[in-house]
Amino acid sequence: MITETREAFMDQVKVNEPEALLTIQGLHVWYELRRFGFGHAGYVKAVDGVSFELAEGETVAVVGESGCGKSSLMKTILGLNIPTSGDVLFDGDSLSGLKGDGLRNYRFKIGYVQQDPYGALPPFMTVQKILEEPLIISGVKDKEQRMARIHKVMGEVKMHPAEDFLPKFPHMLSGGQQQRVVIARAMLREPKLIVADEPVSMLDASVRVEILKLMRALQEAHGLSVIYITHDLSTVKYFSRRIFVMYAGTLIEKAETRRVLENPLHPYTTALLAATSDPDARNADTFKEVPPGEPPSLVNPPKGCRFHPRCAKAIAGLCDEKEPVEFEPESDHFVACWLYRS
Amino acid sequence: MNMPPRKLLQIEKLVLHFKTSHGVVQAVDSVNFELDTNRAVVILGESGCGKSSLAKAMLRLLPRNVDKYGGSVYLNGEDVMMYDEDEFRRNVRWVGMSLVPQAAMNSLNPVIRVGDQVAEPAMVHLGIRKTEAMTLVRRMFQHVGVPEDFISRYPFELSGGMRQRVALAMALVTSPSLILLDEPTSALDLLTQANIMNVLKRIKHELGTSFILITHDIATSSELADEVAVMYAGQIVEVGHAKDFFPAPLHPYAQMLMASVPRLRSESDPMFITGQPPSLIDLPEGCRFAARCPFRFEKCNEEPPMLGKNGRKVKCWLYE
Ligand SMILES: Nc1ncnc2c1ncn2[C@@H]1O[C@H](COP(=O)(O)OP(=O)(O)O)[C@@H](O)[C@H]1O
Ligand SMILES: Nc1ncnc2c1ncn2[C@@H]1O[C@H](COP(=O)(O)OP(=O)(O)O)[C@@H](O)[C@H]1O
Ligand code: SF4
Ligand code: SF4
Ligand SMILES: [Mg+2]
Ligand SMILES: [Mg+2]
Repeated sequence: MITETREAFMDQVKVNEPEALLTIQGLHVWYELRRFGFGHAGYVKAVDGVSFELAEGETVAVVGESGCGKSSLMKTILGLNIPTSGDVLFDGDSLSGLKGDGLRNYRFKIGYVQQDPYGALPPFMTVQKILEEPLIISGVKDKEQRMARIHKVMGEVKMHPAEDFLPKFPHMLSGGQQQRVVIARAMLREPKLIVADEPVSMLDASVRVEILKLMRALQEAHGLSVIYITHDLSTVKYFSRRIFVMYAGTLIEKAETRRVLENPLHPYTTALLAATSDPDARNADTFKEVPPGEPPSLVNPPKGCRFHPRCAKAIAGLCDEKEPVEFEPESDHFVACWLYRS
Repeated sequence: MNMPPRKLLQIEKLVLHFKTSHGVVQAVDSVNFELDTNRAVVILGESGCGKSSLAKAMLRLLPRNVDKYGGSVYLNGEDVMMYDEDEFRRNVRWVGMSLVPQAAMNSLNPVIRVGDQVAEPAMVHLGIRKTEAMTLVRRMFQHVGVPEDFISRYPFELSGGMRQRVALAMALVTSPSLILLDEPTSALDLLTQANIMNVLKRIKHELGTSFILITHDIATSSELADEVAVMYAGQIVEVGHAKDFFPAPLHPYAQMLMASVPRLRSESDPMFITGQPPSLIDLPEGCRFAARCPFRFEKCNEEPPMLGKNGRKVKCWLYE
């Protein structure tokens, strides 16, 4: 994007949504496919036209099945992926205009909580080293200052006394404790935004809730914005004000959590909700409605609505031809589905 | 005289301990449960409590470092633990009960067509020829919902859900009366999970198969369970009918585990269990859950027996 248009764009954003902390505009993240290391063979369109805004202090869940592009979207927001087109505006910065120190400072302002805590922690570093390094890199030269900060975050993730944990290596900690260290690391530089990519999916049931409650408490105490990525709809309402449902690289439904859970509009969202079980002995007596088939290839997604080959409500001649635009059948409830054309 | 109906499966005092450099891991420690024909029991427990080891003990799929292995496994009234390895292979594994191991969908042989892989146990254990085996394979693919033309595909050409169905077809092809499933849906997506649970229900209805479903996922387990056995630190701590268990578990651990499940259709505030399970190398005396139990009292310093309570069984002094 050239500077002029970016500035014009920024101005427009400021006028429309003065309080948005994060604005995603027409974002596309495509990975080039190469055959045998040379020769272009198409693109994996992992994120294919995503737009949304996130206010300061707001929590949102991005829900979708594996491969739909959730991590690609998040890595782009974190400044780890380069957008193919579109832009990410965060806290006054436009990602597309940043490099070098600017990009580094941008990354420092967002905390990242990964899915696999063990994989996210370097195995040969102690907890203290793991937490000290990011502070050294971001220029905190004074050891005492660093240790004070480390003790603060260890307290915030309820790992006290910190001395018991700081000398330990990741493998000496339980899965829940490892994830606390990952969260502590994400909190080190006082980020405004936390991106949590399936933070509890590798943990045992009894620990999951503990970690989600901890993140919730941190969010409230610091007024953090949080993007919570998950495939588990049953956890969303405890954590997020809004839900975005993602399918094959696009967001197909966006609304307040309660609205989506009580009145899902998109047929895919309805299917996800129907497939989510609560523990109940009566479940064994019935079969579940599941849409046929599997999510499409992101290299050659179906023409029209990407869900149409699996959709029982597909409108022939429309859904298989034209990509649905976003409708707003009730206020602040957006859905990309032709059923809601007025 | 009326004989009580013979159980399909009865497990008594099953033990499997492993030797390690740190000490003996008491992974399966005197486990008892039983199962009728065409029923499904869920073994529910968190990671490391000994679920996979229990499956291995039942099928005598043992690693080298076994420290202790014993107890009884009655299949159709016969204690198969008394069989020598040859008898066990001929009469038990695959033909009596087969196992869909944890992560089965990732352990298919990458260079053999999936149809041939499913045919193999049928040829080896039923002693039939390739052409007959392929007929069986086609029938099994139909039961598990794999399109027939996938027979000549390689595993990498299939999605995770399809590969899991192939693994299931492989366990079914020898027509065992019992199938053990070790975490069959844990690595799969929500809709694929729901699909696989539908397939299992359908097989149970159509073929009369019995299932032992091993999982840590309480919500999904309720999709198939007739009975539930809760495992904690190498032992079964509660057994009962699903219809009794899910609405109101008895054992404090089972109650807390149930309360930790986030629910879509209720406003309950999920709780968590503080602390961690004990090390299976260094187990406490008395009740193994005592360190985390809010109801603990003096008696809990002794190991509780399995106590009967309105047709249910629970290993906890509160029900004495
Ligand atoms: N670096 C990459 N190069 C090529 N393809 C990728 C890369 N990262 C992800 N993909 C592909 O992009 C799609 C979306 O992946 P991802 O964003 O990880 O989805 P999710 O997090 O929802 O599972 C998948 O098809 C994946 O294989
Ligand atoms: N071959 C083995 N040698 C030593 N320890 C083992 C072996 N297999 C499993 N274990 C240990 O036994 C315990 C139970 O493991 P497992 O049966 O796999 O539990 P689960 O399936 O419930 O997660 C764990 O502590 C595990 O580390
Ligand atoms: S646009 Fe058409 S095919 Fe797509 S979800 Fe809506 S009704 Fe179904
Ligand atoms: S025996 Fe005692 S410590 Fe164990 S679960 Fe029952 S009340 Fe709790
Ligand atoms: Mg991901
Ligand atoms: Mg296991």
